[in-house]
Amino acid sequence: MVTVVHPNLEDTEAKMSARDVSVFYGDKMAIDNVSIDIPTKYVTAFIGPSGCGKSTFLRTLNRMNDTIPLARVEGEILLDGDDIYRSKMDVVQLRARVGMVFQKPNPFPKSIYENIAYGPRIHGLAEGKQELDAIVETSLQRAGLWNEVKDRLEDSGTALSGGQQQRLCIARAIAVDPEVILMDEPCSALDPIATAKIEELIDELNGRYAIVIVTHSMQQAARVSQRTAFFHLGKMVEYGRTSDIFTNPLEERTKDYITGRYG
Amino acid sequence: MNERTPPMRTPAFEARLKKRYAAERRFRLTGIAAIMFSMIVLAFLLVTMTLNGVGGFQRAELTVPVDFTEAGISGDPTALAQPGAMQSLEMQGLPSVVTFFAEQELGEQGAAQLGTGAWREVGRAIIDDPSLLNGSTTFDLPASSDLASALRGEGPDDLQVLAAQLAQDRKLDTHLDFGFLARSDATDPQQVGIWGALKGSILTMIVTLALAFPIGVLAALYLEEYAPKNRWTDLIEVSINNLAAVPSIIFGLLGLAVFLWIFPSMRSAPLIGGMTLALMTMPVIVISGRNAIKAVPPSIRDGALAIGASPVQVVFHHVLPLALPGILTGTIIGMARALGETAPLLMIGMRAFVAAPPDGFTSPATVLPVQIFLWSDEIDRGFVERTSAAIIVLLLFLLVMNGLAIYLRNKFEKKW
Repeated sequence: MVTVVHPNLEDTEAKMSARDVSVFYGDKMAIDNVSIDIPTKYVTAFIGPSGCGKSTFLRTLNRMNDTIPLARVEGEILLDGDDIYRSKMDVVQLRARVGMVFQKPNPFPKSIYENIAYGPRIHGLAEGKQELDAIVETSLQRAGLWNEVKDRLEDSGTALSGGQQQRLCIARAIAVDPEVILMDEPCSALDPIATAKIEELIDELNGRYAIVIVTHSMQQAARVSQRTAFFHLGKMVEYGRTSDIFTNPLEERTKDYITGRYG
Repeated sequence: MNERTPPMRTPAFEARLKKRYAAERRFRLTGIAAIMFSMIVLAFLLVTMTLNGVGGFQRAELTVPVDFTEAGISGDPTALAQPGAMQSLEMQGLPSVVTFFAEQELGEQGAAQLGTGAWREVGRAIIDDPSLLNGSTTFDLPASSDLASALRGEGPDDLQVLAAQLAQDRKLDTHLDFGFLARSDATDPQQVGIWGALKGSILTMIVTLALAFPIGVLAALYLEEYAPKNRWTDLIEVSINNLAAVPSIIFGLLGLAVFLWIFPSMRSAPLIGGMTLALMTMPVIVISGRNAIKAVPPSIRDGALAIGASPVQVVFHHVLPLALPGILTGTIIGMARALGETAPLLMIGMRAFVAAPPDGFTSPATVLPVQIFLWSDEIDRGFVERTSAAIIVLLLFLLVMNGLAIYLRNKFEKKW
């Protein structure tokens, strides 16, 4: 059974492309032969029931699966045409280009300023204190957090509320000027108001960065994304414009999932 | 028609509830009892030690006025600044001068009870201040240990009478003995000091810490963060856990067989002692370090990796600072154990009689617990109080060391 890809995606300019990607944890196959183009200018949502492999697939896009000893990836993933799994790929460089935001907000137990400044500092993106200050300010502004924290940049990042912490993590990812931002259920630990703020933020960042978001909430996928991929049991079942997937799914399983028959 | 009692109010439920509360009360009481018991034991220990030890910080001293003007000892300050000044004073007859004035003041019987090396204390005072030779000075000199026990009411009757007589004339009294903290081991309990052993302990602990801490922390970091999980690392883990449980005397044998074989001339040296104790401390630091590193949430590692930190940066910028308080706690435990250790040091010759404080990491030394062990073995009754005093010094040293470590730990914890 192959993925059903909607035919009307010609305008998609691919930032990342996966070609026949399979992921194994030991002997267990977690991702089965997925091929997808991640567009440069849109937000792509991965939806599907728990355990369907959408988070696993997301983590292959910046090689975060490397940290899991038994994980093995087959196939190729291209970033601007370069295979990121080739042996000479510099993983540190890759992760600077493909940033990630996690399910649970995970600010460093340091000051707000240090949280943002850490990435630019290790990558040598700023010459001197003033430039670093500027990067911190822009990143926080883009993440919509500047006005809330500008007077307490020296406070601990962990003292912020959950929603603020998650925006801090997004600002931290933005600070190293990535090309792609991967978000792994960024709102699942947040209340509805904080969720709305994050979604608003994703809307604002759309176009500047290629964004991939994994979400459990179909409403969220419908609200923030332009492309949606539906995963089920390690396979990508259907991929197309978000509007098409939700109003006119071609696959029976997709239809069952979005109408709430399982998941 | 609402006759039914709600389930909360049935007698069976009430009985169960009562039982649950009773169980909780019992548990709390046992906990309090356990704490009370340990507090009482601790208090008992501290009180007995202090009561015994207070005597150890004092000694019986005879008051002897010495008039140097007619003693004929040359007071050239430059000569007295030379290393051989004490020998020179001895050659010029200082011992007999002291004996002469003691006989005048205390009578022949009393002077005979002056400690054997008492004149050395006069000599040390002269070396410190040569102008003493121009006049007469009153010295408090150590009494013999027989006279000291006679003053406490022990020993032969005639000495007890003499002691009582001298005490009545205000010529024999117990004084606070600050010299105890400055002198080293001696055969006469009146003239022993703890400084030699204390310095030996300090030097040994420095070597232990300098070896065990970096090696232990790096081993823990490698095993947790880098090592692949396979049969070899399992084997290493089991070995380290076993090492932590090996009786300490085995480490002494190892030190004897290996370190003294490599450095045969360094018997009794703090360097070798420190190396041996480091072997013993390292597994404790590795185990506690691994637990502390394991307790750092993986999300912090993910966060750092995801913005492009290299594994080394993740470890040294994030994991290690967060794990440091836990690692320090393990280090305190390991170091405290090393400080109190006697057995392995006996094996490498740190039980020798060392009358001078060590002047470096390679000169012969002993350590506090070994000194305590040696003194407790002495026959002379005067050593009983000295032993307690040494235990107090050991406990205080431990307290200072742990206090420092706890201060450091809190400082690192506050940082985030």
